[in-house]
Parts: sequence; C-alpha cells; structure tokens
Amino acid sequence: MTAQTEQLPPAIAVQGLRRVYPVKPKPVTALDGIDLEVAPGEFFGLLGPNGAGKTTLIKILTTLLLPSEGKASIFGFDVATEAAKIRRIMNMVAGGEQSGYGILTVREQLWMFSQFYGLGSREGWRRVDELLDAVGLGDQRLQRVSTLSTGQRQKMNMARGLLNDPWILFLDEPTLGLDVSAARAVREMVLAWKGAVPGRTVLLTTHYMAEADELCERIAIVDHGKILAIGTPSELKRRVQRESVLRLEVNRLDGGPAVLARLPGVVSAALAADNVEAGTGAQRVAVNLVLRDDSALTGVMAALGAAGSRVLGLRTSEPTLEDVFVELVGRGFADEADAEAVDDAATETADHDAEHHPER
Amino acid sequence: MNTLFPTRETTADPRTDADWTGRRAFETNLRALVGRAYPRVRGLGREPSWIFFEILLPFLGTSAFVLVYRALQAPEAYVGFVVLGGAMSAFWLNVVWMMAGQLYWEKSQGNLELYFAAPMSLMAVLLGMAAGGLFMSGTRSLAILLISTALFGVQFHLTDWALAVPVFLLTMTALYGLGMMLASLFLLWGREAFHLTNLAIEPVYFISGLNFPVARLGALGAVAIATIPFAVGLDALRQLAFPGMPGLAGTPSPQVEALILVAMTVVFLVASQRLIRVIERMARSRGSLSIRWQ
Repeated sequence: MTAQTEQLPPAIAVQGLRRVYPVKPKPVTALDGIDLEVAPGEFFGLLGPNGAGKTTLIKILTTLLLPSEGKASIFGFDVATEAAKIRRIMNMVAGGEQSGYGILTVREQLWMFSQFYGLGSREGWRRVDELLDAVGLGDQRLQRVSTLSTGQRQKMNMARGLLNDPWILFLDEPTLGLDVSAARAVREMVLAWKGAVPGRTVLLTTHYMAEADELCERIAIVDHGKILAIGTPSELKRRVQRESVLRLEVNRLDGGPAVLARLPGVVSAALAADNVEAGTGAQRVAVNLVLRDDSALTGVMAALGAAGSRVLGLRTSEPTLEDVFVELVGRGFADEADAEAVDDAATETADHDAEHHPER
Repeated sequence: MNTLFPTRETTADPRTDADWTGRRAFETNLRALVGRAYPRVRGLGREPSWIFFEILLPFLGTSAFVLVYRALQAPEAYVGFVVLGGAMSAFWLNVVWMMAGQLYWEKSQGNLELYFAAPMSLMAVLLGMAAGGLFMSGTRSLAILLISTALFGVQFHLTDWALAVPVFLLTMTALYGLGMMLASLFLLWGREAFHLTNLAIEPVYFISGLNFPVARLGALGAVAIATIPFAVGLDALRQLAFPGMPGLAGTPSPQVEALILVAMTVVFLVASQRLIRVIERMARSRGSLSIRWQ
C-alpha cells in the first residue's frame, strides 16, 4: 500500500456475515459467519465450489443483497445503509453476462450504460471510444451487440465495468467460457487498469486456479458459506507442502479418485484438471494425490494392483492451488462439472426466453 | 499519458468520489432516463419488421370494422371512431408489451441487477422506458392515423385544440404511468402475470370501446372510463374530434374526463414509485428479484 491508500478505510470489511435464503422446504444458509478484510489496492480472490457462497458474498458487497446478520462495508460505507454511496464507486462484471440490448451497436450500448453512471453525453462517448480501443474492440464499435462472439462480448462487458472508473471492481468468473487468448486479454486488461491508480481494488471469483494464482495477491478458499483458509498463494501452497503431492497416471480407475481417497494415509485424491485420453487410443487417467507421507504410497499401489489398474506414470509435483483447494474442500473442480452443467442449463433457459423480446 | 486508465488527482479518494451533491444525483437520474430511452429510439430504424407487424396488421383490423360499418350504412363518424381507436391501440400494445413486462425481461437478461447496482433511481429507468416507448408507439400511431385517414376519407372536426392536446398528453401520462406500475407488479408476480396481460389485451380493447363508442356498454363502459386510461382517453378524444356525433352521448364531458386522467396519472405514478421502492427492498432482503437464477 502507498502512504495515500494507508489512510483509507479497508476496501472491504466483513464481520460475522451470515446470509440465509428463506426458501422451501427449509432455509438455505449461503454464508455462515464470514470475516474478511481487503486492503485498498489489493487484488483479492475467492475460490470455492458451486454453492460455496462466493456469489452471495459478491451480491452483498455490491449492495444487491442484505446480510441476514453481521456487517459489511466498502471503503467504510455500510452495505445496508449507504448503498447509494457504494454504487457510485464500484462496478461489477460477471462471466457469461448477456446484459444490454442486442439491437444497439457496441458503442451505443456502452454509451447507454455510461449514462446510468451520470457521465455527460460527450464525456460518455469519449470514454466509450477510449475503452473500446483499450479492450481491443475498436473495429467492432459499430457492430451490433447481438453479433458479437463470446470473447468479444466479455471484452465489451469489461469495458462496461470500467466506464465509471470504479475504485473497486467485482469480477465474478470473468473469463468463464473464454478461449485462452481472450481470457489472457481480459486478465491483462484488469491488471493494467488496477495498476494505473493506487487504491484500485479488485475482488475476483474464479474457477481457474491458475488465474487466481497469477492475479491475486491474497486468496480466500470458501465452502459451505465459511472461509476455510486465507492467505497469499504461496502461503496457501505451503499448507500442503508438508505432505507428499504426487501426480499418478493409470490406464483405468474404476470407481474414480474416491476409491483412492478412502485409503489410509491419503489426504485427498482428485482428477487432474488436464485429464485427457492419450493419443494412442489407450485411456490415461491422471490423478492428483496428496499423501500424509510417502509410506501411504504402498497402500495406493496395492489397491491399484488389486483393482486391475496399470500405473503409467508417477511423479512428485509442486503443490498447486488446486491441491490446497482439494485438501480443504475435499473435492476438485473437475468433480463439479455436472453441477455446473445444471446451472448453465438454467441460465440458458432464461436467455432463450429473452431472445423473443423486441429490444433483444 | 495513459488515456485509457488515467491517473486520478492525488487528492481524490473513494470516500470523496462517493460524496455527490443533490444536483449531481438529479443529473445522473436525468441522464439515466435518456440512456434507457435510447435503445427504443434507435431501435425504430433498426427493425423494419415493425412496419408490417405494428402498422399493417392493426390497419387490417381497423379496415375490417370500417367495411362493416359502411356495409351497415352506419353514420360516417363511426369510421372515424374506428380509425382513432386503431391509432390509439398502438400505445396500449406498447404499454403491455414493452412496459408492463419489461422489468421481468430485464431480470431474465441480467440487466436488472446492473440497474440496481448503478447510482441511479429505478424510477429513472422506468421513465426512460416510458419516454422511449412513447416515441416508438407515437410513430406507429401517427402512421396508422395518416394512412387510415387518407384511405377512408375520415373527416375530423377538431376545433378545441387547447383541450385536445392536454387530453392526449394526459392520456399518455396515465397510460404509461399504468405501464410503470404494472412493470413493478409483474416483476413481483413473474411470468404468469405477463401471460395474463397478453390475455387481457382483447378484453381491454372491448371494454374500452376500441372500435365503437364506449357509451354503448352502459355500466361496463362507465367502469372502464373510471379505471382504464385507454378507455377514458379514447372517449375524450372522440368527443373532441367528432363533437355532437351520435353514439358518444352518455359519458362524462372531455373536461371531466381530463380530470379523471389527471387523477389516474397521479395515482399510477405515485403507486409505481412506491412499488419500485418495495421491489428494491424485497430484492435486497429476499434476493429473489435481481438475481435471475432465484
């Protein structure tokens, strides 16, 4: 922090935050006593599985939801009683966002949003043009929003999030569904924006561990509405360094990694994110194993032999955030693909309905 | 200098930036109103299909009634009643399709939470929607009126412009005030309410006397005049455009109907403002309105 930002109240201060949704048949506790402080100028990440409470926390911090209990503030402004002030200095962008009106051009759409933040008309057009050049959409400025690709759309959403030059930017899975180069462009843009002015703060939720590792100065791992661990990426990785972290590749694994996770001395076992079939046609299953100590490996090998699995490779690996995540949460993100697919289907239904509206 | 991400003045900090004057807040709401009206104004020239769906099709419906009245040798004023009704129907359709159901659609699209999170009043958004909608449907209405008048040779006998203009404007404020109120209600009630409104289009046309003088409906017409801005506005405009014509007797004078429209405007605007506050309170406490998956 610079001397200037040290005088500011915390960009985010959360104490004993609880949020309960009054749904039937029984209320759902999305946040269960969260305590968190993010300094001005910090790039902070929230990692957690679906339903962990990340989005609920962002909704509360962006004044869209009230806490059931506890307090939260943004730069000293209370989210419950000073929402108007917070809205003047923050913005948010979500992955897969379909906001706006397809009938407008990219330039027009962003100008419309600039008016919602009170920019003068000319100032709005100027700001839009600057941002479009910055996000690499200069050539698409006169293209209709409805014709943009997913990556272009997300770049436009990022430009929208920066229109009011916020002090704090909330990014909810901002690179979701983007190809590698588009995701990198978005990450670089956020870093450049944040780095331009001391005090600019970013809260990011992401499913991509490498993204969190690359961008975030500190990370909180959240599950079932609680913060399980918080620290810098290297602090978090050191948590699992005392254990043996291995990458195991086998030709088959009946019953999945859960079979290994139940063995004595195995802290966690999860499918590796890069799980692929080998080009030769033979199946190759990669599993990230965290063992209490190397002696547990004997039991693992015996279990694999008994199950008819052939070991194709075994090597120790440096702990990653995913290892930390798996140890704390008890499962990897790869195990959540089914749950995500259900969420996506629900969103797509809403999008499909919206397509039949005259302004779309 | 990096013009993309300009460095702030060294004295600026988030707490100062969040401290707006009342004038700045008002100007932001005014700009938000213009911003939200913008897509509707721009959209007018972008989707030429509206010429077919919103001018030609209503015109065919109007033409059918004109031909029936002429076949029955009804007084020629009835042709004028139908043409005026056809022109005014564009506003009611706009209120139903693009006002009442709009916040519901905005929620589905993910716009609503961005509106909530922006430093403006949702009333500014509703007023912007109404202003843009009025511009859109005004164009359609004028087109239907001009084409029908030219083709069927309708003779208007409008002399009291000083009353006709305010009556038309009040009809619009009452009609779009109703639309703003319904927009909040439908967001609360969800998709079912939207379908019910679609079902209500024809009944409202009927009890408002879209193609005949509402006075013919007796007590039902009186109820319509007391409750539906489309009915009372249309009747007042018919009385002013075709003074003393048969079929119009039995309803309040245009002056009284103008007062009814004033009352409706006040009631609907106040109700929509209160409802939008309720909506925001509910959205924040229940989380069921702004978040589309809930």
